[in-house]
Amino acid sequence: MPALWIKNARVIDPASKRDSVGDLFVLDGKMVAKLSPADRKRARKIDAKGLVATPGLVDIHVHFREPGQTHKETIATGSRAAAAGGFTTVVCMPNTSPTADNAGTIQFIQDAVRRDAIVKVLPTGCITIGMKGETLAPIGSLKRAGVVAITDDGDCVQSNELMRRAIEYAKMFGLPVMDHCQDQSMTEGAVMNEGNMSIRLGLRGWPNAAEDLIVSRNVILSSYTGAHIHMQHISSAMSVDILRGAKAAGVRVTAEATPHHIALTDQSLATYDTNFKMNPPLRTEADRKAIIAGLRDGTLDCIATDHAPHTDYEKDKEFDYAPNGILGLETALAVVLEVLVRKNKFKLPYVIDLMTRRAANVLGLPAGTLAPGAAADICLFDPKEEWTYVSTAGQSKSSNSPWNGRTFKGRVKKTIVDGKVVFPLAAT
Amino acid sequence: MTWTRRHLITIEELSLSEIEQIHSTASAFKKILTRSVKKVPALRGKTIVNLFLEPSTRTRMAFDMAAKRLSADVIAFDAASSSTQKGETLRDTAENIQALNADMIVIRHAAAGSPLYLSKILDIPVINAGDGSHEHPTQGLLDTFTMKEHLGSLKGRKVAILGDILFSRVARSNIHALTKMGAAVTLVGPSTLVPHGFTDLGAQVSHDLKSALADADVVMLLRIQHERQGHRHFPSLGEYTSVFGLNKTRASWLNPQAIIMHPGPINRGVEIDSELADGPRSVILEQVTNGIAVRMAVLYLCAGHQPEHVIASTE
Repeated sequence: MPALWIKNARVIDPASKRDSVGDLFVLDGKMVAKLSPADRKRARKIDAKGLVATPGLVDIHVHFREPGQTHKETIATGSRAAAAGGFTTVVCMPNTSPTADNAGTIQFIQDAVRRDAIVKVLPTGCITIGMKGETLAPIGSLKRAGVVAITDDGDCVQSNELMRRAIEYAKMFGLPVMDHCQDQSMTEGAVMNEGNMSIRLGLRGWPNAAEDLIVSRNVILSSYTGAHIHMQHISSAMSVDILRGAKAAGVRVTAEATPHHIALTDQSLATYDTNFKMNPPLRTEADRKAIIAGLRDGTLDCIATDHAPHTDYEKDKEFDYAPNGILGLETALAVVLEVLVRKNKFKLPYVIDLMTRRAANVLGLPAGTLAPGAAADICLFDPKEEWTYVSTAGQSKSSNSPWNGRTFKGRVKKTIVDGKVVFPLAAT
Repeated sequence: MTWTRRHLITIEELSLSEIEQIHSTASAFKKILTRSVKKVPALRGKTIVNLFLEPSTRTRMAFDMAAKRLSADVIAFDAASSSTQKGETLRDTAENIQALNADMIVIRHAAAGSPLYLSKILDIPVINAGDGSHEHPTQGLLDTFTMKEHLGSLKGRKVAILGDILFSRVARSNIHALTKMGAAVTLVGPSTLVPHGFTDLGAQVSHDLKSALADADVVMLLRIQHERQGHRHFPSLGEYTSVFGLNKTRASWLNPQAIIMHPGPINRGVEIDSELADGPRSVILEQVTNGIAVRMAVLYLCAGHQPEHVIASTE
């Protein structure tokens, strides 16, 4: 593989505290401090003047639907959507068909990743068999098969006792447990946030309290056992407060926020558009602001998209009957730049940190830095370019996005994995 | 006053003038209901499909009757024997109905928002006959029509709506209609079924029956809907009746001329004493009759006619 020389970029690498205009060098798929004169001569050169170069983005929460739901997304199309969004490492959720609750299914996913993926796709396994919340999955075998965490994402483990045993057991293998925090006894039939908007629309509400209860439960169990629990897609202001207190007390908890929960509220549901239906639901302006504050002070560790593809015919239904979930990978950076950097005045390096090093650190992944010796996973974006997102023209197999037709500022220009340009693919 | 709307989806989106246009059109149509020949040719040659995907007695029969009085052909869609049982989507069902050359669809659906969804898909008018817990606009229109017949203008009148508000589309449509018409609406019932958030819609919220009924000109009772509320919102029907059931003593707290309303179906002995339901202050059956006139008006206007032409079309 020829060397790569990226010239004149604004290089932002929070892990090495770098934010300066300069060059990046890649040799044999790894970052290097410099190239020999001979390698320089042969190197493929990329003029990155005006562009920002960051570590490849890391998303610890995506749904690639393989095996079993490949009409929505596949590892091939999902990884292309990731590359188009600047992501070089993604962690996929185990709610496939069959669920990833056994080493064989993990092996199947790993084979598909080796065959079809153009970015690094890391699997998670289930906490319980079939994600039914009844019997622990073979967590040790899942670990040996290569999972980076366990989770019953979408089906929060309801039993406190089972959750306690799961985290204690997973801790033995050094596996983080990721939890979708939802007390299901409080959300029967719920399709949106409970509040004034659900009253107006006559839809069943999902109260913040149902998230807050499980976040509290997880803080208590983590504190009791010393095991690491990661809270997925925090949507409630009180949950942010609970986590802030827990972290101050030294409890081993981490948490993520999605681009949609920092950008949108339940006011968007006025026309019952199912592209705004996801779980947990969009909440109020106060919640949205609290999540942004949580990201600002580090209570929330990272951005994760919860990229959840569904076909148009699955989403094109009565609001009550449409499945939960929206696309996220191809719009994440643009949404985050708009909401956090431009509207809320976050410093760009900090936002990049939330999408790279900090995301990787949650699960202990070897990603998120441009330091010499690291894998040459790089995202190059133009912070000034305006573009209009057309969801049907994206790389994902599905197009269920609330941002279809939106004009954004800030566009991914190149994504590089192990020194190889994977987006745009045609250019290679 | 020009009627421009093709669909009737919610009362929330109607203006006061539109509500009044429907009411005045309904008044004209009501006169023909007592004639020996109860039919006018206004919608002759038009086909209306009643797409009722949730059980209904009164509303379905009233829409059926209204369409027939206007000389439209009516096709009833029976959910139990249709392809929806085979998994056909609402979009496909509706597009097929349109392809069969229907001129209008009346839809009743358990899922809130489905009439709006249909109105975006179809080129023909869509009339909401009740969508989940969201709205039941023709009910709100016929209820306010009935109140006006008894009370005249509703401006400054006090209306108490009692019962299961949270899951009630009737309550929501009435709140929107009544507040636009200048009435003061008080919602009353158990705190679990009458959440404070309803104040956002312009109503008052109360959990004290006596103060809510005091001097009310209208009390509207809502059915306790076992099928929607699960089983956790109040201890038992017996307790509901003991705390919130309308009986003779409690009815005496009302304004002496007050009327008692109920959209039906009634649970006798639960939300209302049988005696009161059948008593002189009850206008429950008038509501049903007015339901025909109001639905005639809605079908007539949404089919593209103007309120001022209604006299001619009843002659």
